[in-house]
Amino acid sequence: MREEMHRFFRAARGAGVRLSPAESIDAMNAVAAVGFADRGVLRDALLLTLAKSEDEKRALEDCFDLFFSQPEVKQAAELEHEAAGGDADAPPSESPPGAAGGPSSMLGELAQLLLSRDRNAIAAAMTGAARAASLSDIRYFTQRGIFATRMLDALGIERLHDDLDALATTNPAQAERLAAALQALRENVREVVSQALLLYGREESENLRHEMLRNAPLARLERRQVEQMQALIRSIARRLRERYSKPRKQKRRGHLDIRRTLRRNAAWGGVPFLTSWKRRRRDRPKIVALCDVSGSVAQVSDFFLLLIHSLHEVVDDVRSFAFSGHLVEVSDVLDNQSPEQAMREITSKVGFGSSDYGSSLLDFEKGFIEAVTPRTTVIVLGDARTNNLDPRADILRRISERSKRLVWLNPEGRLAWGWGDSEMPRYAAFCSVVRQCATARQLERAVSDIVGAYR
Amino acid sequence: MNTHLPAASIEAVTSGLASAGYIASRQIATAVYLAERIGKPILVEGPAGVGKTELAKALATWRGLKMIRMQCYEGLDEAKALYEWKYAKQLLYTQILKDKLGEVLGDAETLAAALDRLHDFGDVFFSKEFVEPRPLLQALEQPGGCVLLVDEIDKSDAEFESLLLEILSDYQISIPELGTVVAVVKPVVILTSNGERDLSDALKRRCLHLHIGFPEQKLEERIVESRVPGIAQTLSQQLVSFIHQVRTLDLKKLPSVSETIDWARVLVLLQSNELDHETVKDTLNVLLKYEADIETTLPQVTTFVAKAGRQGVFG
Repeated sequence: MREEMHRFFRAARGAGVRLSPAESIDAMNAVAAVGFADRGVLRDALLLTLAKSEDEKRALEDCFDLFFSQPEVKQAAELEHEAAGGDADAPPSESPPGAAGGPSSMLGELAQLLLSRDRNAIAAAMTGAARAASLSDIRYFTQRGIFATRMLDALGIERLHDDLDALATTNPAQAERLAAALQALRENVREVVSQALLLYGREESENLRHEMLRNAPLARLERRQVEQMQALIRSIARRLRERYSKPRKQKRRGHLDIRRTLRRNAAWGGVPFLTSWKRRRRDRPKIVALCDVSGSVAQVSDFFLLLIHSLHEVVDDVRSFAFSGHLVEVSDVLDNQSPEQAMREITSKVGFGSSDYGSSLLDFEKGFIEAVTPRTTVIVLGDARTNNLDPRADILRRISERSKRLVWLNPEGRLAWGWGDSEMPRYAAFCSVVRQCATARQLERAVSDIVGAYR
Repeated sequence: MNTHLPAASIEAVTSGLASAGYIASRQIATAVYLAERIGKPILVEGPAGVGKTELAKALATWRGLKMIRMQCYEGLDEAKALYEWKYAKQLLYTQILKDKLGEVLGDAETLAAALDRLHDFGDVFFSKEFVEPRPLLQALEQPGGCVLLVDEIDKSDAEFESLLLEILSDYQISIPELGTVVAVVKPVVILTSNGERDLSDALKRRCLHLHIGFPEQKLEERIVESRVPGIAQTLSQQLVSFIHQVRTLDLKKLPSVSETIDWARVLVLLQSNELDHETVKDTLNVLLKYEADIETTLPQVTTFVAKAGRQGVFG
């Protein structure tokens, strides 16, 4: 049964419930205390020990139901498993009920089993075969075929084919029945494999998909990936929020708050038993983001803006500006509309023009330079390709001087900086940090560093 | 008698809690049973008024244990939760013992010798006598064990949560001057949270996570009947059915079990045997706490009462 529990834990992880070893130990203890007799109680016990939130409870409930969805088959399987002495490779010798009768006694075990129509016995044989094929190792949907074949092999399909050939000449009617039963068996096996994939494969395939997504260049996403990427960005935002939204009041040991100390200790004649320390408020980040939304950079900017604007708890104040040929403020659009709508509106406002960094920077300096204070981090996201127009690096210098930090995120690789019309090296001179930012992973690192700099 | 023995079965827990006037669902009973069996605290989450605090009280009554309640709020720190030194007493004692001090040090010739002698008496003022135990320390010091209720943990600061970790997992507290205080008898710990903020994973990991939602109709009827003796059965059925319908509305604050009980009491006081919409309209303010909610519900009252009345006939 312990093995069964471990399989369940794995399935639970697949369902997105984070389980630590300590929790599985607790769950084991709990299960030992309540026993397996009552499924409802068993489920309650597992939910109590494993789940840590409402969502996880729901996921775990579904997982539990899926896992124990065939209780009577499972039970039969165990009895049979014990009877067979743990060796499931050889299909257990079932004593076929009298129905099959005389002629079938020359047939292989699987044929006999199928003809007997003993559902419990068939289910038991299936479970045995699943064990033999180590079905719980299934990870990816591409493995379905292999595992189905393995299970059928373990069931003894080869002997069945021989029997079918033999019967075709001697007893066509029985051969037909057997063929139909085989068809049903194949379907059953496929179903079992699919269920196993659902239980055990989810975690791996999800991980694989996330990993690929995290490292995929944002600028060249396929349409169907865009939605997944938005989900990923949301989860990144949630992680950053959790990490950085901790309370910002911090006791600063070492600086005595004399006034408060005297007041607190007045009752003891001013003998300072209780000390009060000065508190310092930590700043919350203020961010001004300038995003190039022209051509190839547009999609990266979209995701960046999406991320920055879902960090309300962490960031005090975000003002976003989008530019290509000229620059406009887009904070309101991003705050009030759904991501898709917002992106569409921004694109229609600023458009996919060719970018003009010089005039965009000038627009910013004329209209919005007030937004930059010594507490502000200015983030510029763009490829710094100026189309051979005046880069106006002098404006960037003035912005840099006014701000706390100036971070430049460039979707292009380092090697491309400075080649062709890229003015990155000239701009880089006035930036506190220049980072490459082409994938979700790099985006997360960059934003995490920016927010973390305020601690 | 059975104070130190964990309950034999989940049914025993249910009947035990029922004897203390708490009608528990199977989940709740399982949680309490497991908490005693594997010695873990229970973290209870759920909307206000579904009986989170009540569970701790009922458990204490059933077990005949003392209940120590620790109400959490913002700014709660270790001086108020764990222990504090009795400064005034320390000060007073130093004043009184001043003369004694002279005697003790009188024949010391050098400063160093006096200091040495003082060291021998060193920790007099930082001993058990001068510690003022606060709820958490009290809970550990109870000779017969107790039920420790840490109420509304989500109201406290994140630092306080970390402070609790040592108690929750090892049932001990470290006091720098005295060393580690280990629980005489492990208390049963119940933490409640209204979900105002997310608790840390470290805390959640150490607890059994129990969510109490609004009870099912049958269960709530039993709760009302046990809490409001003398209520007519038809009335309690209609009343619970009515409340279940109200909970389907989009309200600011849904009425929970405590409101159901209050309302049942009011109706019993008004000597009504059945739900009729005049009484309901007059007493709706017992059930709903916001003017806007009452306005949303008022137009629905007649239909709800009619439905609830049918419930009484067929249910």
